[in-house]
Amino acid sequence: MTDKTMTADEAVSWLHSGMTLGIGGWGSRRKPMALVRALLRAEITDLTVVSYGGPDVGMLAAAGRIRRLVTPFVTLDSIPLEPHYRAARERGAFELMEIDEAMFMWGLHAAANRLPFLPVRAGTGSDVMRVNPGLRTVTSPYDDGETLVAMPALRLDAALVHVNRADRRGNGQYLGPDPYFDDLFCEAAQTAYVSCERIVDTAELTKEAAPQTLLIKRHTVTGVVEAPNGAHFTSCAPEYGRDEAFQKRYATTPWAQFAARFLGGDEQAYQSAIREAP
Amino acid sequence: MKGVTRAEYCVIACAEAWRDAGEILASPMGLIPSIGARLARHTFAPDLLLTDGEAMLVGVDGTVEGWLPYRQHLTLVTGGRRHVMMGASQIDRYGNQNISCIGDWARPKRQLLGVRGAPVNTLNHPTSYWIPRHSRRVFVEQVDMVCGVGYDRAAGARHHRIPRVVSDLGVFDFATPDRAMRLASLHPGVTVEKVREATGFTLEVPDEVPYTREPTAEEQRLIREVIDPENARAREVAE
Repeated sequence: MTDKTMTADEAVSWLHSGMTLGIGGWGSRRKPMALVRALLRAEITDLTVVSYGGPDVGMLAAAGRIRRLVTPFVTLDSIPLEPHYRAARERGAFELMEIDEAMFMWGLHAAANRLPFLPVRAGTGSDVMRVNPGLRTVTSPYDDGETLVAMPALRLDAALVHVNRADRRGNGQYLGPDPYFDDLFCEAAQTAYVSCERIVDTAELTKEAAPQTLLIKRHTVTGVVEAPNGAHFTSCAPEYGRDEAFQKRYATTPWAQFAARFLGGDEQAYQSAIREAP
Repeated sequence: MKGVTRAEYCVIACAEAWRDAGEILASPMGLIPSIGARLARHTFAPDLLLTDGEAMLVGVDGTVEGWLPYRQHLTLVTGGRRHVMMGASQIDRYGNQNISCIGDWARPKRQLLGVRGAPVNTLNHPTSYWIPRHSRRVFVEQVDMVCGVGYDRAAGARHHRIPRVVSDLGVFDFATPDRAMRLASLHPGVTVEKVREATGFTLEVPDEVPYTREPTAEEQRLIREVIDPENARAREVAE
């Protein structure tokens, strides 16, 4: 049996500058923040980030690590506009591939299915086509003859996701109401690093939870990282909600000041700092 | 009916978007459309599906009746059995909508949310809009980034439809030969002049403009006592 457990820093040591990185979760929900924090500690830059964006994007953008972003939105949910992302966009800090939520999903599906593209009824008529001049359309070969967008595969070098439980082999379980697209991120990627609230024995995964909570299959996973409170300050239902007070602090504190206070040390230092934060 | 507030006319105008909609998902974005959708379900659209804003389909009392995580939501969108009422940072005379950014997309003056699901929504099912503060900043000659697709750019796409735009001043539709925005009704207390002044493009105005209908006594009771007893609606549209 392959034991895939590693620390967040070990997981990040497998990543390098220039990679295309998919980040799971949605907005400010179940983001693999411990892995993002480890990424911020490493000298990795020039990234293409693929994400239904939240503070993962805001932080990496603020730290100047993104060369290109692929996203349909960036939001903190209870704070609709992500301030660090906004600031980065307004100073033209990186390239953007702005696409629709469904196009994004079909791009991941195409990559997971090893297809060059998948047709999607979205994008035409909108400025998504103007700002992404590389997007192509296809005409249905059947009688309907409809023109659809050929959404290119969003192939990922690596995926980072966070779930509630995992075993040492990389079987990942979500216990909240929404899987988001985390399994798809793993399937669309060459390598995938899954952080979790707790590593448990395989048998324990289905002791109290239904088998359909087993979202992530081990053959798609490279590394498993135990990271309690690892989605903080985003939500990780049902174990904890979003830390609204801390999120507000993140959104209203100048980035350099926030980073110096909370991101200067390792994950343990972060967890201590947030406990001490008034 | 005595003492109907502007916010309540807005609720009625939003609720009407789902009249006779059948067994489809109502997706209201914003507080007043949410109250409107629930009012519709309580009264003239009893088969509507509602969500809790997360992954559950729920009844008006919050009873869970189904599971609709994001990816199934996207399937439902393309299946067409949904009528969304979205917001708009900008909207033009043909119903093109922008929630992405203000200014040049390459280097925006103000970065907003992003296109979200507006492109897929508008090509797959009815999409209406809710604008709580009608102004020239929102009702513009041309939007800076087309997210939701308007009539002039839809090229007759088979499932494209923008039934209505509701603002704090009135209700608007596209029932004109070239599908340009038309004033369909004024909320009582609002004049045509006021709407014209607050609109950044030339609005089609029929000779006779009706007023948005009054709530029935039962509807007013539902709004005030059952759906929004805390009067949160007044925070979105004040009288």
